[in-house]
Amino acid sequence: MKVTKDLVAASATPMVLGILAEADSYGYAILRRINELSDGELDWTEGLLYPLLHRLERLGFVEASWQSVAGRRRKYYRITKSGRTELTEQRRQWDTVVDALKELWSGPGDSRPLIAIPEGGLA
Amino acid sequence: MTDAQDELEAQFAQWRHYVARRPELRNSDADELEDHLRGSVEELLAAGLHTDEAFLVAVKRMGSLDDLTREFAQEHSERLWKQLVLTGGTGDTDGKAVDGRSRPDLLAMVGCALGAAVSIKLLELLGTRVESDGAEVLGVDAAVFGLNFGLVVLPWLAAFLLWRRQAKRALIGAVLALFALGAVAANAFPLAADSQSVVLTSIHLPIALWFVIGLSYVADDLRTPRRRMDFIRFTGEWFVYYVLIALGGGVLTAFVAGTFQAIGISPEDFISRWLVPCGAAAAVVVAGWLVEAKQSVVENIAPVLTRLFTPLFTAALLAFLVAVVITTASIDLERDTLILFNLLLVVVLALLLYSISARDPLAPPGLFDKLQLALVVSALAIDVLVLVAITSRITEYGTTPNKAAALGENVALLANLAWSAWLLVGLVRRTTPFATLERWQTNYLPVFAGWAWIVVLVFPPLFDYL
Repeated sequence: MKVTKDLVAASATPMVLGILAEADSYGYAILRRINELSDGELDWTEGLLYPLLHRLERLGFVEASWQSVAGRRRKYYRITKSGRTELTEQRRQWDTVVDALKELWSGPGDSRPLIAIPEGGLA
Repeated sequence: MTDAQDELEAQFAQWRHYVARRPELRNSDADELEDHLRGSVEELLAAGLHTDEAFLVAVKRMGSLDDLTREFAQEHSERLWKQLVLTGGTGDTDGKAVDGRSRPDLLAMVGCALGAAVSIKLLELLGTRVESDGAEVLGVDAAVFGLNFGLVVLPWLAAFLLWRRQAKRALIGAVLALFALGAVAANAFPLAADSQSVVLTSIHLPIALWFVIGLSYVADDLRTPRRRMDFIRFTGEWFVYYVLIALGGGVLTAFVAGTFQAIGISPEDFISRWLVPCGAAAAVVVAGWLVEAKQSVVENIAPVLTRLFTPLFTAALLAFLVAVVITTASIDLERDTLILFNLLLVVVLALLLYSISARDPLAPPGLFDKLQLALVVSALAIDVLVLVAITSRITEYGTTPNKAAALGENVALLANLAWSAWLLVGLVRRTTPFATLERWQTNYLPVFAGWAWIVVLVFPPLFDYL
C-alpha cells in the first residue's frame, strides 16, 4: 500500500517542518527520516522535497546555511520562529481532520453507523 | 578501489554536466542535489553494492531530470525570466556560484562608461568657444562636436571589448592607430563649419570607427566568417539596447526637469550640459556590456523585429513601385531624397542580415526566404530608378561631395543586394546552400568599412574641402 500523491503533497509541509522542529537537517537526511517514520509507505521524491524546502525558505519558515561536510557543500535547514508558528497552525488543522476521521471510522462502541442509519431511518 | 573511486567521480562530473545545462537549476541547486546523490550512493555502497551499481540506483531513485526540473521551475519560475541582472550575490547563497566573470566585467564596464562620460565633457571643455562679446558660452561648437564625438566615445567601447578579449598587443596597436587616423581626418583638414565635407565626415567617421569596434570585437579570431556574423549580431543587439536605454533616459530627464521645476529650480542647464551628453556617451559602453553579458541568455531581439517588419517593408516597397508605374512619376532628387533612398537600402540590408544571423543554416528554404527575395528584388528595382536619376544629374550639373558619397554608397549597397538576390534565388531553388549567402555578407563587411574610410580620408582633399 502506497499513500496517494495528493495526500503526500498535502502533508508535505507539516512533515518537513515537524522534522526540522526535532533538529536541523539537510535534504537527504530529511528523506531518510520520512522513510523511517512511515516504514517506506510515503513516496517522497527529490522533485517534491527540494522545491518545497526552497519555498519554505522563501516564505521565511526555514533558514538555510551551507556547511562543508566531508569535502562537499551541504545545505542545512533550520526552522524559524514563524516556521514554528506555521507548524502549530498546521498541526491544529491536521488534528481536526484526523480526529474527525477517527471518530467517523471507529464509531461509539460496536454499533455500526453506516448500517444503522438505513435501519432506523423510517422508524 | 581508487579506480572505482575515480570512475564514480567521473560519473558525478558527467551528471553535473547534465544538470548544468538546465537553466532552472542553479549551481547551488546542483550542489544540493549532488550532496543528496552522494548520500544515496554512500548508503548503497555500505549495503554492499558496487560503485557503478550504486550510482545507477541512486540516479534512478532521483527520477528523471525532466521531472525534477519541472518541479523546480514551478517554484522558481522567475529564473526563466530575469537571468540578466547586475549580479554580485542577490542575497542568495549563489554569490560565488554566479558566473565568475561578471564582477570584473561590471567594474571594467563602469570604468569605461565613466571614461566615455568624462571624455565627452573634456571635448566640450577643449572645444568651447567663448563668443566675442563674452556673454554667451554656447558649449561646444557644433561642427567640432559632430566631428569628434565618435572619436572620444567609441575608444572606450573598444577598450572594454579588447580588455574582455585579452587582445594581443599588435591588435591593440592597430586599433589605436585607426582611432588616431580618424582623429587626424577629423581635425587636421581645414574644413569650414558650413561645408558639405564637415557633414559628410561627421556621418561617416562614426561608421568607419564602428568597424574599428568590429575589429576589437573579433579580436581573437580575425578571419572566420562566424565571428564577423557575431559582430553583426552584436551591432543589432547593441542598437536595440541603446534605444531602450535612451527611452529610459528620456523618462529620467522628464522627471528631473518636472520635479525641479516644481520647486522653482530650472535644471535645463544641468540636463543639456551634463545629463544628456554624459548619459548618451556612457550608454554606448553600457549597451555594449549588456550585449556581451547576456548573449545566449535572452532571445535576440533584432531577428524578432526582422520577422515582424520584413513582410511590412516588402508590402510598402511593392506599393511604392506600383505607384511609380501607374503615375509614371520620376523621383525628385533633392539631397534629402538621396539620403532617404540610401537609408531604405540600409534598412533592407539590415532586414536581410538579421534574418540571416538568426536562420538555422541547415533549415530548408521556406516561405520567409521567398518573402525576403521579394523584398530584395523590389528594393533593387527602386534603387535602379534612383541610380538612373542621380547619374543623369551628376552628368548634367557636375558632382559634389554629397552626391559622390551618396552614389558610392548606393553602388556598394546595390552590388551587395544584387548578389544577395541571386544567392537567394539559388537558395529558394535549392541549388545554393545557405552558408554561401552568409559568407557573402560577412565577406562584404570590409567594403562598407573601406568606403566609410575613403569618404573620411580621401573626399575632403579630393573636393578641395568643399
